[in-house]
Amino acid sequence: MGNTIFDKIWDKHVVKKIEDGPSVLYIDKHFIHEVTSPQAFSGIEKRGAKLFRPKQIVATADHNVPTLHQELPIADALSRFQVDTLIDNCKKNGIELYGLGHKYQGIVHVIGPELGITQPGMTIVCGDSHTSTHGAFGSVAFGIGTSEVEMVFASQCIMQTKPKAMRINIEGELHKGVVSKDIILYIIAKISASGATGYFVEYAGSAIRALSMEARMTICNMSIEMGARGGMIAPDQTTFNYMEGRLFAPKGAEWEAKLAQWKELYTDADAKFDMEININAQDIEPMITYGTNPGMGLSVTGKVPTLESITDPTEKQNFEKAMKYMGLTPGQTLLGMPVQHVFIGSCTNSRIEDFRLVASIIKGKQKDPNVKTLIVPGSQEVAKQIKAEGLDKIFEAAGIEIRQAGCSACLGMNEDKIPAGEYCISTSNRNFEGRQGAGARTMLVSPLTAAAALLTGKISDIRTMLN
Amino acid sequence: MQSLQKITSKFIPLRIENVDTDQIIPARFLKATTKDGFGKNLFRDWRYENDDETKPKADFVLNQKQYTGAILVAAKNFGCGSSREHAAWSIQDYGFKVVVSSFFADIFKNNALNNGVLPVTVTDAFLQQIFAQGSDDTITVDLEKQTITIDKTGATETFDINAYKKTCMLNGYDDIDYLLSMKDVIEKFEETIK
Repeated sequence: MGNTIFDKIWDKHVVKKIEDGPSVLYIDKHFIHEVTSPQAFSGIEKRGAKLFRPKQIVATADHNVPTLHQELPIADALSRFQVDTLIDNCKKNGIELYGLGHKYQGIVHVIGPELGITQPGMTIVCGDSHTSTHGAFGSVAFGIGTSEVEMVFASQCIMQTKPKAMRINIEGELHKGVVSKDIILYIIAKISASGATGYFVEYAGSAIRALSMEARMTICNMSIEMGARGGMIAPDQTTFNYMEGRLFAPKGAEWEAKLAQWKELYTDADAKFDMEININAQDIEPMITYGTNPGMGLSVTGKVPTLESITDPTEKQNFEKAMKYMGLTPGQTLLGMPVQHVFIGSCTNSRIEDFRLVASIIKGKQKDPNVKTLIVPGSQEVAKQIKAEGLDKIFEAAGIEIRQAGCSACLGMNEDKIPAGEYCISTSNRNFEGRQGAGARTMLVSPLTAAAALLTGKISDIRTMLN
Repeated sequence: MQSLQKITSKFIPLRIENVDTDQIIPARFLKATTKDGFGKNLFRDWRYENDDETKPKADFVLNQKQYTGAILVAAKNFGCGSSREHAAWSIQDYGFKVVVSSFFADIFKNNALNNGVLPVTVTDAFLQQIFAQGSDDTITVDLEKQTITIDKTGATETFDINAYKKTCMLNGYDDIDYLLSMKDVIEKFEETIK
């Protein structure tokens, strides 16, 4: 029997398999940020241990940074202390830090790929559940807790049980106005927020092959939202074209050698999966979430489920709780509902292609006067590119300010929050209660659907606005 | 890490599915650089009106005096969402030693185990039996035997935990000590993958 791409990479990185226990898994690349690393650094210090392989760690400040006036000291004392702690810890331990003000700073899952640090065949971890993003390059990448961050600091290894294997095949051509964010929202709505728990997912099929690297990252990014340990896509010519020439990508003869290895990273024809799901790309419409977990999603023209359609009593209770929180009525349509905020950003959708998509819709138009915006590039490099392509002028002419790089309103850690009771059309990844601020009502969408809301101030079907 | 062998305790029933780590500990409390004191902010926005500690929400179970104990019992898919270990720290700091659910999110499960909090997965039917008990009834979790028992009815289920993690929990060992002892092996391994 053949191997999956996941098996090939995982098995190669197992240092030791403990009987009736986890494996000691070797980690090639470890990304860290200010929020989930400080306790791991102090843990190592308390043990009197040293960092084992500091050169395999890359740090940035993203979760807890302001998106305005990054040139000034951070106003919030706790946030400033946390970011300063990261600076101290990196200095003390010889870790490369792309902190605030650095030209490579940005959301950790945006900068890793754009700098060419993320490479096929690697094992990659970070104290952040959206580490699955890096799987778009054919790497085994997943989020870990702070104790595990400390394990990697101590030994460049973690203890992990091998997850089960799932493949999701998406075949066919996407409709106009449907993008990769809609694919992943569709999948999660189909299999639920826990439908892939215990699995590592491989995305395959002609619809995936046709996607750009940035679009693939959006899909892998949200694997965790259906509970998956991670998600990945086998590398192909699209992957290699994206990587070639990037700052930390191999060069010259080393590139050729690596390329030969990377071309071996695919799932064998006779490999077996524990679960396989087939999706027709033609069934996917622009998606939106209506509830308080990413599995509560539907087509933007669809209707919220009725109470009668839910039979399980606990599920019904939870649905009613979500409806109350979101201020919605079971069975209602969402189309045409006014929204107060649009957030375009996060590790899911803050890359240059996302900004190009939005710009293509708003070009020559004005944003709706009632909509407040948070438009946040994923990195300094993305911000630079926005300017280089003149997209900033399109946003400015539409009456929209572009902020500085960071996680921003995705998780409501800094001052970029949505007020209680107000609706936010958001390109981020989580619509949990309070995620964007206490009482905030989040609806997850693609950058295209977000652009439509920017112009109309309402939940709109982007397909009616395309030429 | 604290060890755990066997515990008999009253429990707190949290009849909510898909409890995500943003509910367990909202992001605004993640600015800390230590592991201490997260318990007071556990389920913060479900516990208090407008973030005001003088205004506890009467309908939330942690605010209902009849419910006490070191065991939290929650509906399915507990701990989904963010990888923040702060969620496990807040549960532990609040005083819980065991969390029972019919389904746990992967990262949370690891984080709990790494902090001496035992996640116990039971069947949906058994979970409903627990939820049907009164606030004075107790549950016993025996890690050595891998059993969970509703003491009043005597109903028992066994639960899964791998032998390695079980040994760690029973003895309070942690993975980092183990990995530190593996350094030579890891260095040799690095030679093979270069």
